[in-house]
Amino acid sequence: MKKRYLFIALILLSFLSLFVGVSTIKPMDLLDFGSEETEIFLISRLPRLVAILLAGAGMSIAGLIMQQLSRNKFVSPTTAGTLDATRLGILVSMLLFTNASTIEKMIVAFVFALAGTLLFMQILDRIKFKDAIFIPLVGLMFGNILSSITTFFAYKSNVIQNMASWLQGDFSMIMKGRYELLYISIPVLILTYLYANRFTVAGMGEDFSKNLGLAYKRIVNIGLILVALVTTTVILTVGMIPFLGLIIPNIVSIFHGDHLKKTLPHTALLGAIFLLVCDILGRVLIYPYEISISLMVGVIGSGIFLYLLFRRKAYA
Amino acid sequence: MIQVRELSKFYGKKAVVEKVNVNIHRGKITSFIGPNGAGKSTLLSMVSRLLDADTGEVLVDNDHVHKMKSNEFSKRVSILKQSNFMNVRLTIRELVSFGRFPYSRGKLNAEDIRIVEQAMDYMGLMDMQYEYMDELSGGQRQRAFIAMVIAQDTDYILLDEPLNNLDMKHSVQIMKILRRLVDDLGKTVVIVLHDINFASVYSDRIVALKNGRVVKDGQTEEIINSDALKQIYDMDIPIKRMNNCNICVYFNS
Repeated sequence: MKKRYLFIALILLSFLSLFVGVSTIKPMDLLDFGSEETEIFLISRLPRLVAILLAGAGMSIAGLIMQQLSRNKFVSPTTAGTLDATRLGILVSMLLFTNASTIEKMIVAFVFALAGTLLFMQILDRIKFKDAIFIPLVGLMFGNILSSITTFFAYKSNVIQNMASWLQGDFSMIMKGRYELLYISIPVLILTYLYANRFTVAGMGEDFSKNLGLAYKRIVNIGLILVALVTTTVILTVGMIPFLGLIIPNIVSIFHGDHLKKTLPHTALLGAIFLLVCDILGRVLIYPYEISISLMVGVIGSGIFLYLLFRRKAYA
Repeated sequence: MIQVRELSKFYGKKAVVEKVNVNIHRGKITSFIGPNGAGKSTLLSMVSRLLDADTGEVLVDNDHVHKMKSNEFSKRVSILKQSNFMNVRLTIRELVSFGRFPYSRGKLNAEDIRIVEQAMDYMGLMDMQYEYMDELSGGQRQRAFIAMVIAQDTDYILLDEPLNNLDMKHSVQIMKILRRLVDDLGKTVVIVLHDINFASVYSDRIVALKNGRVVKDGQTEEIINSDALKQIYDMDIPIKRMNNCNICVYFNS
């Protein structure tokens, strides 16, 4: 899995993605600036592509950080309650400020995402039985508890329909002016790269980190803040994308190990490619309708996840 | 010299380590021995700052360890704990390179690379430097960790039960390496050991703990005798002299 090939695949798929859709746009149409095609291209297709790339890379990196810091291959925003905590945060922001602006929603959701993830890490600390499969199960249960709290209050205050839209990841609503929040993923990616060595050391445990003079707790907190940031922005703009943060880092780890400085570019690229493939498939399978991205990723992703689980017996 | 002064650690009301005073001499192998629950590992963790002491202090070459910056400390004292984190997939070379982390923060310069290669060479790991840690045998893995500590280049190397889960051949191999670290490279090694005969054969000094207190502290020959061992382990252990080594025959005592 060379970086070069991943990059070429990404470019080709991106190009394909730009020209798949209900209204036919040919590359030549873009030469005419005033045309309807160009407008659709700029308002819908291009933002959609950018959103997919940022969300794919961002969620994969978020998963990678979580797996490294929790020292468990099966922990990710999906399996640690981060996604559910974020949704609870969005609900709270909608109840608190009736007409919450994106930024207000973002801040409240971020606080909840961070608090939820920190709480999960605390639970993780207390659990004596650190089985690789047991931990994500605890995370899923934790997430479901948060999720039922969300549903309860959403039901009470008649916003259940509204909340449902945060449950399903969907790129079809992405257009100019509704996805820019996702650009937060870029500085997060850069920061993750700068901290890559520290995250790798932290991934080997507190004692190991202290031996090498690393401020363990601080690095873990920075990592969790980055995770919460990415998750929040993705949920607010696209919705939930399950499994992405789980399978992509695991696949890269099988081929390239866990040295973050080395695997980070692969993880970001593969995440973007995977999401792009799912999105293109979702768009063409029942053309001219669309299968939502969370369903596509859920189906393909859970298949790969099962494969990883079975494979684990053979290797680990 | 590492000086441990009146060091105590309590879990609830129970003292795991109580008012321990020990000097660790430079250029020697010092073994911590004693029954289970004697507080050996806890003591080692406190000396290496992994654990905070409740009372007392530790001085490394007359510097108070808690006044040192953690980065500075990690260039002078390293600790290897028995850990089970090997679900992290790193190659030997990557792991050993992290030994330079206190100096380079991960960006290795030519000098760092030279030291890393020297450390791997010293441990006989050059041939397998690109193999992943999770695919190695216990002995190879332990050697990789020691290579990392060598690359960390500290005067003091503390090891918590490095022979756990190793067979006889690899145990002997590791102990010989530690001996060489002291004799050839002038390191100071402190090691928690379960097998008293490894302590007897390879260490210069022995510190015996029991119920959180130091019961014996001295040259190896002073500790490896039936009277002292009776005090430490509550067992009558005859000593046999073989190949210039004092061997404790405790199996049927």
